[in-house]
Amino acid sequence: MDHLRPVPSEDPAPVDRSAEAAPDLADLLRRSGRADEAAFAQLYDATSRRVFGLALRVVRDPAQAEEVTQEAFLEIWRTAGRFDADRGSPLSWLMTITHRKAVDRVRSAEASTRRDTTYHHENQPVDHDSTAEAAHASLEAHRVRGALATLTEVQREAINLAYFGGYTHTEVATMLDLPVGTAKTRIRDGLIRLRDAMGVGQ
Amino acid sequence: MSDIHALSGAYAMDAVDDIERARFEKHLAVCAECQAEVASLREATGVLSETTAAEPPAALRDRVLADIATVRPLPPLTTPGATPEEARRRPGRFRLVALAAAAAVLAAVGVGVATQPWADETSQAPSAAELVLSAADAKSTSLDFDDGAKATVVHSDSVGKAVIVTEKMPPPPKGMVYQLWLDQPASGMVSAGLMPIEADQTMVLEGDAATAKAAGITIEPAGGSDHPTSKPIALFDFGESA
Repeated sequence: MDHLRPVPSEDPAPVDRSAEAAPDLADLLRRSGRADEAAFAQLYDATSRRVFGLALRVVRDPAQAEEVTQEAFLEIWRTAGRFDADRGSPLSWLMTITHRKAVDRVRSAEASTRRDTTYHHENQPVDHDSTAEAAHASLEAHRVRGALATLTEVQREAINLAYFGGYTHTEVATMLDLPVGTAKTRIRDGLIRLRDAMGVGQ
Repeated sequence: MSDIHALSGAYAMDAVDDIERARFEKHLAVCAECQAEVASLREATGVLSETTAAEPPAALRDRVLADIATVRPLPPLTTPGATPEEARRRPGRFRLVALAAAAAVLAAVGVGVATQPWADETSQAPSAAELVLSAADAKSTSLDFDDGAKATVVHSDSVGKAVIVTEKMPPPPKGMVYQLWLDQPASGMVSAGLMPIEADQTMVLEGDAATAKAAGITIEPAGGSDHPTSKPIALFDFGESA
């Protein structure tokens, strides 16, 4: 058995930001699935900005975003051994877990406090760049924005409200004055275009 | 390609309500095309988060690492469905139980609900399950619990089998298992197998579903019981299914 070293709190080596998409995430997940806490710490360091950033974008409240991040990483730890590289990339798997946790959080909060309040579009089709200002300006982010720019306005807004706003496609349709059932088509078409522009999911 | 296929994008980014999610996942279980599409669209949604990256507070790292140190990772998924307990023909009692009571039991049991992003794409679903889910005479009965767990039993008289699909099912109490039952008019409650401890799963019930009046779930000691020793936490009446 390997002796588990305590995780250093100072970076022993500089954290390579580009390591976020590096293929060794799969290896870190595999080792995490074998209860390797050091591997999980590395995984955290490589992905926590993505996880926390998405949680913050969706739930907006920093304290709740921390809770969602905590829940997501706990889930990732518990289920790391079930990650299947044949079914997708590690990052997509991590972000799927994170997004679901964040959406569950905003919807359950909504259910308890806002169920009877109607919203209309003045309820903020959120400016995509408002929190992105604070985001790490990476080359990859630049590419994503470039890919988003190839979408139609409606596709982009629908995806924005659904993914970052945590709204259902039915709510998105109402917010964008689209006929019911249209938003889901816009979301799907937009995602397909985004996927192809980014060259992922092949 | 059915109309429900168009929901793949909304599903991939959680822009569906609970009912749509359950319906779409039922479809996913039998549609390889949708499984592939959802997986590829999730790659696209995954890159979106590149634009929102933000530095978490340093203290969060300590909390997360302290958290995980106390939690055992789940074992990898092996053969789905496991080996169900051999059905034994022993009459038992089964009474209709109020949904509220069932929900209370599940809620009391419910901790640590797991979200498995890909467990819903049951590409390894047994072919018997696919047969039932795609049967022309398939009928389904769903139960929602207060804690968000969901269980749906689909049965087909022509196939003669029933399939249970669960979502966010909390683990049973320590040392206990969820056991499935078919209520057979001739012999009473007959074991239909033990459920693997898995939040989201699709499992074929053992036994002849065509003759059964209902399916049920009870909480039994590990290894299962010959007949139900506790009140069912869920009962799916085949007679009233929609």
